[in-house]
Amino acid sequence: MSDPETTPDVRPVYKAPGLEERGISWRTWLLGAEAALMYVYLFAPIVVLVIFSFTSDPFGIRWTGFTLNWYAKLLSNTRLIDATIHTLTVATLSTLVATVLGTMLALAMERYRFRGRSATDTLLYLPIVIPEIVLAVALLSFFAFAFNLAESLFGIHMQQGMATVVIAHVTFSVAFVVVTVRTSLRGFDQRLEEAAMDLGASRFQTFRRVTFPLILPGIIGGALLAFTLSLDDFIISLFVAGPGTLLLPVEVYNRVKRSVTPEINAISTLMLLFSMALVGLSQLVQRQKR
Amino acid sequence: MAALRRNERARLTGLLSPGLAWVLLFFALPLLIIVLYSFLAPGRFGGVEWATTTKNYLTLFTSSVYLNAYWRSIVISVLTTLITVLLAYPMALFIVQRSRRWRTILLFLVLLPFWTNFLVRTYAWMIILNENGVLNMALRSIGLPPQKILYTEWATLFGLVYGELPFMVLPIYTSLDRFDFRLLEASADLGADRWRSFLRVMLPLTMPGVVAGSVLVFIPTIGQFVVSELLGGAKVDYIGNLLQRLFLRSNPPNWPLGSAMAVVVMLILTMIIVLYFRGTTEDDR
Repeated sequence: MSDPETTPDVRPVYKAPGLEERGISWRTWLLGAEAALMYVYLFAPIVVLVIFSFTSDPFGIRWTGFTLNWYAKLLSNTRLIDATIHTLTVATLSTLVATVLGTMLALAMERYRFRGRSATDTLLYLPIVIPEIVLAVALLSFFAFAFNLAESLFGIHMQQGMATVVIAHVTFSVAFVVVTVRTSLRGFDQRLEEAAMDLGASRFQTFRRVTFPLILPGIIGGALLAFTLSLDDFIISLFVAGPGTLLLPVEVYNRVKRSVTPEINAISTLMLLFSMALVGLSQLVQRQKR
Repeated sequence: MAALRRNERARLTGLLSPGLAWVLLFFALPLLIIVLYSFLAPGRFGGVEWATTTKNYLTLFTSSVYLNAYWRSIVISVLTTLITVLLAYPMALFIVQRSRRWRTILLFLVLLPFWTNFLVRTYAWMIILNENGVLNMALRSIGLPPQKILYTEWATLFGLVYGELPFMVLPIYTSLDRFDFRLLEASADLGADRWRSFLRVMLPLTMPGVVAGSVLVFIPTIGQFVVSELLGGAKVDYIGNLLQRLFLRSNPPNWPLGSAMAVVVMLILTMIIVLYFRGTTEDDR
């Protein structure tokens, strides 16, 4: 990362005098108006959601006065509380596994040249470009296949539940951790490691004292991304969660399909606040890197 | 020396194998399994019957239900991609022309909605587009007739464009950021008017961003079913809706047919991605 204080911004060339007369000014005001509209488009649903979580209208679509009733109702809704606990547990577990695996993979990919490296590269990026629903049906089929096999070969009975969701979430978030950590490894000055080893540090000491702290922001960034992806995932969770494992996005989907109530607005607002807090946290980590 | 190299080798294996094993077992193998399933017959109570058949593919390519779903999915994905390009390009152009400080803020604001649950944002559009919703209240208050938008295909398109917009803005921004704006000056000096400069200089040079964004938008759109179910009212079948039905909802479910559907989606996307890479390498040359 370059320091904004010392690196001058060297591209206002298009604002050079005379450009306007020569007819290549990009009519900034028109672009500005379009951009402003797009920002309204992007943020309208978020604003509406928050406002209407406080309406007293039982359908949650009109403003009929302020109430905190819907938030109070959430506190006594055990189903939603269970779903929240499941969701947070799955996100925590899958983030841990995905971050460890992803960081190791990123180190291997950035530091070593080996046969089959480009094939591995493609394999690691594929989960990002595959449509979620294809991965969802593939994982569902895989679990059914594996469970049948276990049953007929060893007589072990297994079924979908928390574990299958964690496995699925790790599978799609590993790729994102790899990408994030690789980026931070690329901006890394390897001479620092050489210096540490010249000064007598062992391989492990070098990693623990030099490499790891320097790429930590990248690892944390990857972990937060994995966590958010897991919290937000709906499609894959819908397919691989067992009937006993209720997850928040799936529960929100079930309710939204049935009816619109301000209770959903309230839980959505809380989810939104939580996501925002995570973003804030990741920004804080990024800033500390500088 | 040989010991050192062996050490390095062991280190690489140690770093690589757990993650690689995971991806092979839980990503590559499941994809192979749906390829396998797509050649099997459906079981009577769900699951599969172990008898090879090509009937699933035959059904896909002859039944109008499935052909229509593919056609509709492709049409709405192409439309979504085109509209997001048209909306995102000027927006990215505006952002790239700001000062460094403002660029950071404006980009962050583009990304912010992406960090909040997509399902929740789609649901919020239900509140806005509802017959008695915010939009119609606003229309009524300025004396315009209320519109029925929710539960139409237009609402689906609207929601898809909404969800994918950030994925188009970012790659276009990146390629505009690399674009040397002095080239516009040069092209003006050589007598090109504004549109010519744009079409002949700026657009071709920023095309990699547009293409990258298009791939990023097209792929998730082709398999979507949440937006069409919530905003479109599930009136029209897209690939995603049929997949969900074949695997989860029908009684009995038909996994082999669903697998074949998913395999064909993968084949279509592979074709598109191969074309994309061919396109970009030619650009780079």
